[in-house]
Amino acid sequence: MPEKRILLKNCGKIDPGDIQSYEGQGGFKALEKALGMSPDAVIAEVKASGLRGRGGAGFPCGAKWELARNAQGGEKFLICNADEGEVGTFKDRYILQHDPFSLLEGMAIAGYAIGSKKGYIYLRAEYHYLLKGFTKAISQCREKGYLDDLDLEIREGAGAYICGEESALMNSIEGKRGEARFRPPFPPTSGLFESPTIINNVETLVNVPHIIQNGSEWYRAMGTKESNGTKLFCVSGDVERPGIYEMELGCDLKELVKDLAGAKEIKMVQVGGSTGRIIPGDMLSTPLAYETILGSGAVMVFNESRDVVDFVYRTMEFLNEESCGKCTPCREGTEVMVEVLGRLVNGEGVEEDIPVLEELGQVMKLSALCGLGQTAPVPVLDTLKYFRKDYENRISQSVFLRGLKTVNG
Amino acid sequence: MEKNQPGALSERARESLLGMIKEEQRKSGYISEEAMAGIAESLALSVGDVYGVTTFYSFLSTQPLGKHVIRICKGVPCFLQNAGMIIESIQEALGIGPGETTADGRFSFELTNCIGACDQAPAMLVDDEVHGHLTPEKISEILKSYD
Repeated sequence: MPEKRILLKNCGKIDPGDIQSYEGQGGFKALEKALGMSPDAVIAEVKASGLRGRGGAGFPCGAKWELARNAQGGEKFLICNADEGEVGTFKDRYILQHDPFSLLEGMAIAGYAIGSKKGYIYLRAEYHYLLKGFTKAISQCREKGYLDDLDLEIREGAGAYICGEESALMNSIEGKRGEARFRPPFPPTSGLFESPTIINNVETLVNVPHIIQNGSEWYRAMGTKESNGTKLFCVSGDVERPGIYEMELGCDLKELVKDLAGAKEIKMVQVGGSTGRIIPGDMLSTPLAYETILGSGAVMVFNESRDVVDFVYRTMEFLNEESCGKCTPCREGTEVMVEVLGRLVNGEGVEEDIPVLEELGQVMKLSALCGLGQTAPVPVLDTLKYFRKDYENRISQSVFLRGLKTVNG
Repeated sequence: MEKNQPGALSERARESLLGMIKEEQRKSGYISEEAMAGIAESLALSVGDVYGVTTFYSFLSTQPLGKHVIRICKGVPCFLQNAGMIIESIQEALGIGPGETTADGRFSFELTNCIGACDQAPAMLVDDEVHGHLTPEKISEILKSYD
């Protein structure tokens, strides 16, 4: 399956600083078409397309919009999540840099469909260098009247991975610590300032103009039964050609990392970011889809020379640092995992370390408040499944080292 | 700034808190205790509230920072492309470790989580600028361009 450029079709072709070049490629025709439809018809079209959230969770987009449209309450909010903090993910940055107008057209359509007059774009602090260009794109859209019904405001983050999680993101916009919220209520009924709120990822919104313009049937023809359309994959790590590849959903992981990105001697691939699933090198022929593995679209490749336990330890240190601290399973769970993995890395492991990691991992999966804590043990549990020997070796090394110490006094 | 008693304004008022803290950081290079107290008063919040938000985010600092802030990405994709060597080069060039500021106040040096430049790994931010495909040889050139 070759690359299929739909979302990226304008990237490199248009001048992101000039709205006319976007219009020249058929830009804002979808918005015009949407405004000629009823909001309910727009939602029905998006629902029929099968579009699911591209930030990682994969919630059906149309169904979410419908909930917000039907929610009681005065003001409704639309938020674009551009807090792309997931490790190994850089697709949203690429869109913001090369085709900001597609995102703004998607937001205008979304605002019309759910009945929102106020929209936010939450941009991560690390992407501050994109602010100027993106602000210019917004003002050009305003001048042309494309944003007459949607007042857009950019809010910048200040360095917090957790703020990519939707409830933490809303707290951050409200001027609070970016801590996750208890749910329910869910954002479509009670979100930002307790009003109905839709939060969509950049890539999700960029799909919308294409769906409206070409119809849901065209869109559904791409992908698998439960995963329609294309997806932007961000390939990094031990590859010759790191970068963004747009592929139809259901494409083969092996083709992506080997044929397109040029990976060799693959030990494993992590799909979906820091808490993504681990695929060992001999299982690479796996379709990338919501039914199997997907996440944010991050694809990190590790070659044979890489140490599994070392990598898992680094990842857990990151998650521990970025845990917001609100719920105990995540705050304390990641802390203990860092301690145990640290023992293994430093040659101080004990036999009990493996069962401790497994038991704690299950508890965190079941009891953490938000996605961060629930998925934090995934890389640990997956590598224990596929690379158990690496953990066992660390323990026998530790036992050996302790023996030496005893002998040498 | 206007003074307000805690709780005197609506819940929506604190919406501007993060923006005000960031503005203070931009202006003064960090957020002092006095600045926090001032912001708290103008938004009718407790100083603890402002402190809580300030210390939650990694790009905000309660200590004075150097004129330029170097943030080397320690994410896994950068690590796989030898970010460790870049960290060492910066350490050697500046004579300081992560979390420290040079004696002349020119640079602060920090390690940060994924900056979304994995296709240009190893990468770092100097203030708001991204520098990618780093090698130890490139470091001194880059540092020279920040006075």
